[in-house]
Amino acid sequence: MRHLLIQELVVRVIKRVGRWFDQRLQLAGPIKETMAHPVPRRTASWFYVFGSGALTVFLLQLVTGILLAIVYVPSAGEAWSSLQALNYQISAGWFIRALHGWGSNFMLAIVVIHMVQVFLFGAHKYPRELTWIVGVFLLLMTLGMAFTGQVLRFDQDAYWGLGIGTSIVSRVPFVGPQLVSLLLGGPIIAAATLSRFFALHVFVIPGTLIALVALHLLLVLKLGINEWPMPGRIVRRATYLQEYHELTQRDGVPFVPSAVVKDIFFSAAILLSIAVCAFVLGPFGPSGQPDPTIIQTAPQPDFFFLWLYTLLSLLPPSSETPILLIGPAIALIVLIGLPFFAGEGEKSWKRRPIAVLTVLLIAVGLGTLTHLGQYTPWSPIMDAWSSQPIPGKYLISRSPLERQGALVFQSKQCRNCHSLGDTGGQRGPPLDQVAVRLTQDQLIRQVIQGGGNMPAYRNNLSPPQTTALVAFLQTLHPIGQAPARDASQTELLKLGP
Amino acid sequence: MTTSDRPTRRAVLVKIGILLNAAVGAVLAVPVLRYVLSPVTRQRKQGDGAWVSLGSLEKFPAGQTRLATYQHPSATPSDGETAETPCWVRHLQGDTFQIFAINCAHLGCPVRWFPQSNLFMCPCHGGVYYQDGSRASGPPERGMFEYSYKVEQGMLLIKAGEMPTPGAQASLSKGSSPCATSSSRSSSCA
Repeated sequence: MRHLLIQELVVRVIKRVGRWFDQRLQLAGPIKETMAHPVPRRTASWFYVFGSGALTVFLLQLVTGILLAIVYVPSAGEAWSSLQALNYQISAGWFIRALHGWGSNFMLAIVVIHMVQVFLFGAHKYPRELTWIVGVFLLLMTLGMAFTGQVLRFDQDAYWGLGIGTSIVSRVPFVGPQLVSLLLGGPIIAAATLSRFFALHVFVIPGTLIALVALHLLLVLKLGINEWPMPGRIVRRATYLQEYHELTQRDGVPFVPSAVVKDIFFSAAILLSIAVCAFVLGPFGPSGQPDPTIIQTAPQPDFFFLWLYTLLSLLPPSSETPILLIGPAIALIVLIGLPFFAGEGEKSWKRRPIAVLTVLLIAVGLGTLTHLGQYTPWSPIMDAWSSQPIPGKYLISRSPLERQGALVFQSKQCRNCHSLGDTGGQRGPPLDQVAVRLTQDQLIRQVIQGGGNMPAYRNNLSPPQTTALVAFLQTLHPIGQAPARDASQTELLKLGP
Repeated sequence: MTTSDRPTRRAVLVKIGILLNAAVGAVLAVPVLRYVLSPVTRQRKQGDGAWVSLGSLEKFPAGQTRLATYQHPSATPSDGETAETPCWVRHLQGDTFQIFAINCAHLGCPVRWFPQSNLFMCPCHGGVYYQDGSRASGPPERGMFEYSYKVEQGMLLIKAGEMPTPGAQASLSKGSSPCATSSSRSSSCA
């Protein structure tokens, strides 16, 4: 009896406090209305969870970001050691760093998936054009956060990654050098550079993100969640709003709890995945100290910029600058313009083959470039000449001259770019069967003159060294398959002396 | 014009108030812009940058290419180790040098010197240069960036400028390469 009385008292107090606040805030009504607003029944789907998932990860990034900021020192001289302190001295510091790092990867992934889903479901069409455009800028801001965050992890990769970014920016016509100074805050990558990237990563971009996310959400609430696209249900500016209203009235469910359940479960699953990745795989770096005098480094960007890294090595030098400068502008114009030239018509991906093919093409393209970026076949392996000896099978029963040639091959760094027996660089072609492809004369010419992306060695090899090297290269052919031979020489042999 | 269309005293005051704010905003924008653009404007004032010593000539034997480092003249205490800048010094003979920036002419990665094959190689996208800094292969569109240098009292001095980038190549390459100017020395440069 007494127990019940206390319970009643507590409930009454809570209600009175709640009423006190609501008399002043007057938010209970709008919140209830928003929660109960009807959404099309079929949008309560697992395909519609990515937007709220991205928001959840963004909140995680805000919290972990603030936690990191209370320890991190944004000074070029001390940032690296403060990351070491986070990793090794502060309790759970490594885990907060890992959460923030993995959260960044998950956020980018979910934002991209959200964008693809929205595009395939035709949600960018009338009247949600502005929602899409704000979303495009949210993607840009997320990419901006990823790049600036990589800089704040002020290690070797960050230092030289900034160098790459600077070199790209410097190619802007007319104002390139001025933009470089603005980006670096001085003549070189140093303290001023890190400070301004800190300001960007911690104030400017997150502030913009929060404002844009609010705008994005407001638009979603005002215009309603995109209905499940049905093949044959055409979007027309004149009739769409009326049709959507009828759909939600006739076949709608309240957003809370019917639709939000899946969002909540997905958010929990994502947070758990990030936590597991962070716990098992740990934080990203930092790699070596940001000391430019340590040049024994092969800088690589983070996962989401690997495709760009690949593109920069595969583009022909002459077209690189125009493509780098004009490409992003075109991509932005296409993305922003999309809802204007495809704002009506079919929404269902089943009736939009070009849309599906475009998504597939971009996915395969970026996937391939990323895959290549992970093992960089275009980079020489800088220590292959001293760490990866020629396999023994290429040295057995060879003449002294040929073995001398193998020595030249090894010591002149040929292996940095050419593989033998699957070890060595992949910048140039593998040479396991080179004797089948090139005759003796062609081998000599290639070594002396270079060409086809190979340096000329005429000044770096003495004639005896060249002779020995070519003798070795001529032994590189499969057993039972004769090396290539000049046809005219065969004729000469037939003629005899 | 009817009486209702005539601007009231209040409406005029609001407009004047907005104009006042715009004027103050414009005035405030001047120092803000100067502050934001200071890295661009300050650099122009300083002009050419200073001569920095790479050490005595004995550190650089003739006919060899060695790594040297220098403290950038613009360094501040908070720069830490980033103020140390490396460069490649090629001593041809006598007082003739070639001093290359560490940065690849493609995208600024640190190139490495291989004395065995007399090549500079870049670990990023595979740019390769000959010993005189000219382009050998790979994506770079030009040879390596060179510093201006002079020899004074047995010390090798270079003119340290801004970080060399493909778009801002003029700053470092004022001192022309001895290989490019003098045909008599070209044999040793090749």
